[in-house]
Amino acid sequence: MISIENVSKWYGDFQVLANCTSKVDKGEVVVVCGPSGSGKSTLIKCVNGLEPVQRGTITVEGTEVTAKRTNLTKLRSRIGMVFQHFELYPHMSVRENLCLGQQKVLGRSRDEANAKAEALIDRVDMLAHIEKFPGQLSGGQQQRVAISRALAMDPIAMLFDEPTSALDPEMINEVLDVMVELAQDGMTMMVVTHEMGFARKVADRVVFMDAGAIVEDRETEAFFGNPESDRAKEFLSKILNH
Amino acid sequence: MNYNWNWGVLFEEQYLDWLISGVGWTFAVALSAWVIALIVGIMIGVGRTLPTKPIAHICAAYVELFRNVPLLVQLFLWYFVMPEVVSDDLGRWMKRDMPNPEFVTAVIGLGLYTASRVAEQVRAGINAVGGGLVSAAYAGGLSTAQTYRFVLLPIAFRLIVPPLTSEFLTIFKNSSLALTIGLLELTAQSQQIAEYTFQGFEAYTAATVIYVVIALGATLISHILEKHTRIPGYVGKG
Repeated sequence: MISIENVSKWYGDFQVLANCTSKVDKGEVVVVCGPSGSGKSTLIKCVNGLEPVQRGTITVEGTEVTAKRTNLTKLRSRIGMVFQHFELYPHMSVRENLCLGQQKVLGRSRDEANAKAEALIDRVDMLAHIEKFPGQLSGGQQQRVAISRALAMDPIAMLFDEPTSALDPEMINEVLDVMVELAQDGMTMMVVTHEMGFARKVADRVVFMDAGAIVEDRETEAFFGNPESDRAKEFLSKILNH
Repeated sequence: MNYNWNWGVLFEEQYLDWLISGVGWTFAVALSAWVIALIVGIMIGVGRTLPTKPIAHICAAYVELFRNVPLLVQLFLWYFVMPEVVSDDLGRWMKRDMPNPEFVTAVIGLGLYTASRVAEQVRAGINAVGGGLVSAAYAGGLSTAQTYRFVLLPIAFRLIVPPLTSEFLTIFKNSSLALTIGLLELTAQSQQIAEYTFQGFEAYTAATVIYVVIALGATLISHILEKHTRIPGYVGKG
């Protein structure tokens, strides 16, 4: 469904992505991990064209994201994205956050959008907060709303960019639970995260990045049980020893 | 100091009429110019933040041009120079037949000047919203126009209510410069009363008090506006 081929990207002289190749099949969950500054967030932002690439091609469901002529707006409306800092529209209630895209992008009626919003918000146990504004919610609650907002568009795939990195430790699980459920429902997901427990539990494959390059791209069990590269071994030994 | 105080002069029919007419013109110039300033200022301010480089450059040039030439010079340029540089027919019309030439010139000059300042505030407001929300809006499938309409501008406008209020007050005060091209607004009328009656203190005190009352009124309205549009739980860039 998502295919990344020989993608390279530079910020000025600095190369942030070096010849990255990977793919995510339909219904697959792929976790992208690696040290800070390894380019994993940049890579995921290239998938829906939020960041342009200078070389290589990215294709989503047969649409070439990297082609100049591609209607990115249309493509993005079919891919959900969740951000590290939630990025809910602060001037809108939870309900309006979920309805905006449905009505303005998908052209759904107010009633239709509302029904969908309520159903999704109920699924993440936030129905009591549906009229509240993002600033009145905790980080975990905001992130659950953000996931619902992305789902309201009936996406064919979901991208997560460090969805739990900005959360207090006690709120991480409530967000991960939602993501696990989503994965078990068969959603195609590409997840940048440091949550190795989550990766072990639901990921089909793990992509390990370092210095802009994809160092390993393997089945989850193989990655955790027997990493090939020294860099991945070192990374795992550092984050799994606690 | 030998000065014969006579506050009563302000309430003599003729002078009171002058003051009232002056206040009327001050309001007319300031409010009309404000409409131009808001419309042009919002367009230029938004234009400066657009990803389309040529538009952004043109808008930046507008701001630098109108912000860096003194307002008084701009008024003179519009009033004395403009009719000479346009086509003969248009120039003749501007000098002879244009209705209320002082008023029209003052509104255009003051409006376009203030637009450059409003534009900077709109730009600052949009930039203050932050790139994360813009990414989220684009990622959600919103077009650039929709991102501005539903996300960037509603937040930016709330953020810039205080500086825009200040600009609104400034446009009232700056409207006094229109007296130099012959518009009989509040300051000009006060000057005229002072000349006719030799009661300069009273005349200018009246002008001062009226300007202050207008300013306080505008400030009050802005506070109400700010309170009314406040986003629950939101203090700025998150």
